[in-house]
Amino acid sequence: MQGYIYPNEFELQWGLLVVLYPYLTGLVAGAFILASLERVFNVKEVEPTYRLSMLTALAFLLVAPLPLLAHLGHPERSYEIFLTPNRQSAMAMFGFVYAWYLAVVLLLEIWFDYRKDLVLWARQERGFMRWLHYALTLGATDLSERSLKFDDSAGRWITVIGIPSAFLLHGYVGFIFGSIKANPWWSSVLMPVVFLFSAMVSGIALVLVLYMITTMFRWRKIDMRCLDKLAQFLFYALIVDFSLEMLDFIHRLYEAEESIEILSQMIENRLFLSLIVLQILLGTVIPLITLALVSPGLRKQGFLRLPPELRQLVYLVAAVLIQIGIFSIRWNVVIGGQLFSKSLKGLTVYKVDVFGLEGLMMTIGLLMLPFVILWALVKVLPPWGETESVREQEA
Amino acid sequence: MADSADQSGHPPSPSGSVDRREFLNDILGVCCAGAPLLLGIVRLPAQGTSRAYDPSEHLYGMGLDPQKCIGCARCVVACKAENDVPQEPHYFNTWIERYIIREDGEVEVDSPNGGIDGFGRIENPAQVRRTFFVPKLCNHCDSPPCVQVCPVGATFITEDGVILVDEEYCIGCRYCIQACPYGARYMHPERHVAGKCTFCYHRVVKGKVPACVEVCPTGARIFGELTNRATPLARFRRFNDLQVLKPHLNTRPKMYYANLDAEVS
Repeated sequence: MQGYIYPNEFELQWGLLVVLYPYLTGLVAGAFILASLERVFNVKEVEPTYRLSMLTALAFLLVAPLPLLAHLGHPERSYEIFLTPNRQSAMAMFGFVYAWYLAVVLLLEIWFDYRKDLVLWARQERGFMRWLHYALTLGATDLSERSLKFDDSAGRWITVIGIPSAFLLHGYVGFIFGSIKANPWWSSVLMPVVFLFSAMVSGIALVLVLYMITTMFRWRKIDMRCLDKLAQFLFYALIVDFSLEMLDFIHRLYEAEESIEILSQMIENRLFLSLIVLQILLGTVIPLITLALVSPGLRKQGFLRLPPELRQLVYLVAAVLIQIGIFSIRWNVVIGGQLFSKSLKGLTVYKVDVFGLEGLMMTIGLLMLPFVILWALVKVLPPWGETESVREQEA
Repeated sequence: MADSADQSGHPPSPSGSVDRREFLNDILGVCCAGAPLLLGIVRLPAQGTSRAYDPSEHLYGMGLDPQKCIGCARCVVACKAENDVPQEPHYFNTWIERYIIREDGEVEVDSPNGGIDGFGRIENPAQVRRTFFVPKLCNHCDSPPCVQVCPVGATFITEDGVILVDEEYCIGCRYCIQACPYGARYMHPERHVAGKCTFCYHRVVKGKVPACVEVCPTGARIFGELTNRATPLARFRRFNDLQVLKPHLNTRPKMYYANLDAEVS
């Protein structure tokens, strides 16, 4: 502790689990927006990641509310948020935004996309999987040209609705923080926008890593056209994200409101590692420079013409660094906003518990859970379908 | 006293013991008279007043005078006892801050255990320009951010202007604690719901003043009606320059501080 904090501020209200929540929803929104690139904007290069992105979004969305639930003082009353929501409260919209996104957008889109394959699988297989796949068709086994065409156009329309929904899902999380006028670190109109672009960055980076790892474990060749395109979009999203954050930063410095002194002290004394080193330097500047040099973001072949194997490695490292950076962003927002007193006269500290309901182990567990769910989803709904360019390469 | 009452304080019966038949008759009589009351057919007027408490007839606020506050923190102790606030530090419905303003303009603030443990000796007293105490509590804002953000509506503003928490309903998300600009809320460590000053609502509806006001030895806190002209609070508001805390946030507090220093936040 340093300076004066209000006596009730000694205990930090939102810990590691609340850091995890925006991180997970960001990955959901980002992965979905990547999927929509192929579906709506016809970016054919990223097709190999389309289904993987959708399943990733679903796996992470299923886990996203768990950290919130574990953090509540009375989780058994959480259903009240659906039954008697306070319409003035940003947080009360959580249930509706979440349910809309899960049921109307993700599940429907995945179902329409997989229906044909589910029917075909159910016809070929035997035993449990046959019944599972048949059950998942919900009895709609018509594979006529007309019905397949309907699947396609329905899927496309759901994606069109899904893009603003993904924006809503994560922009809304930003709004929860950005609308707290009592907290000068959070209160910013840019917060939902910054959250959105950082979501895209994290989603694309995650799918890039997942695509590379799953392809390697399946002993297949990585589609370099797809990977280059992913890196290119990652680069663009990162530029917008970084620009917005710098805009926020410069705006605060230039306005220099009464909170500027305590916030500067906080950055110097409490957030130096997580903000300056992890978020900005490792998580943003280094990946930005690397991608600018290697990816086709600025120049068709990149400034450094690296061989595909080396390029893969560079992309992988950049994407992992970006994940660390994005997690740091969530940390700096959630924890940073509570490290200074609202009296603007002092700083407090946050100590992470290792065990317990809100501890480090729980956080790691919840961070691993989406990957377990994704593994199961991939077993039931294999997202693979090698594109022509890979088949050519392998031939 | 010893002659007229036994140890429990009850007067002895004239004959020394109550006859069983008489006792049963009494019970029967009480039941007959009480049944309509219990069934809600007949209503008695509220005790002490001519009619029941009507919140629409009141609007409460408080005047605070830092120049009168001596930092004894009797109010903090009384509040903890009256409202069952956890005794350990870091949970307060009300607390006292000490401000020390140095000659060079530097501001030092402290509130050891909310003021209960007393304030330490001031270092370098020759360098002090001014020092004073400021009582703090929930501002019972007219435009309360805590009420706005509560996802289930567990925290609410009463008709008579008091911000309360429904402990049976609060889900413990802590969003209200984040939204309060004054640090007036905390998470109750045993009940796992948001805790805060209730303006001693249980006392106020009986026509009493909050515990902190009752015990203040210097009259630094003045509780009362905001709409009524003939009250001590109205007089306090007429004769003092008034400030509220963090006016720029437009929360419209109902805690009015007399002649408050600009350094107080």
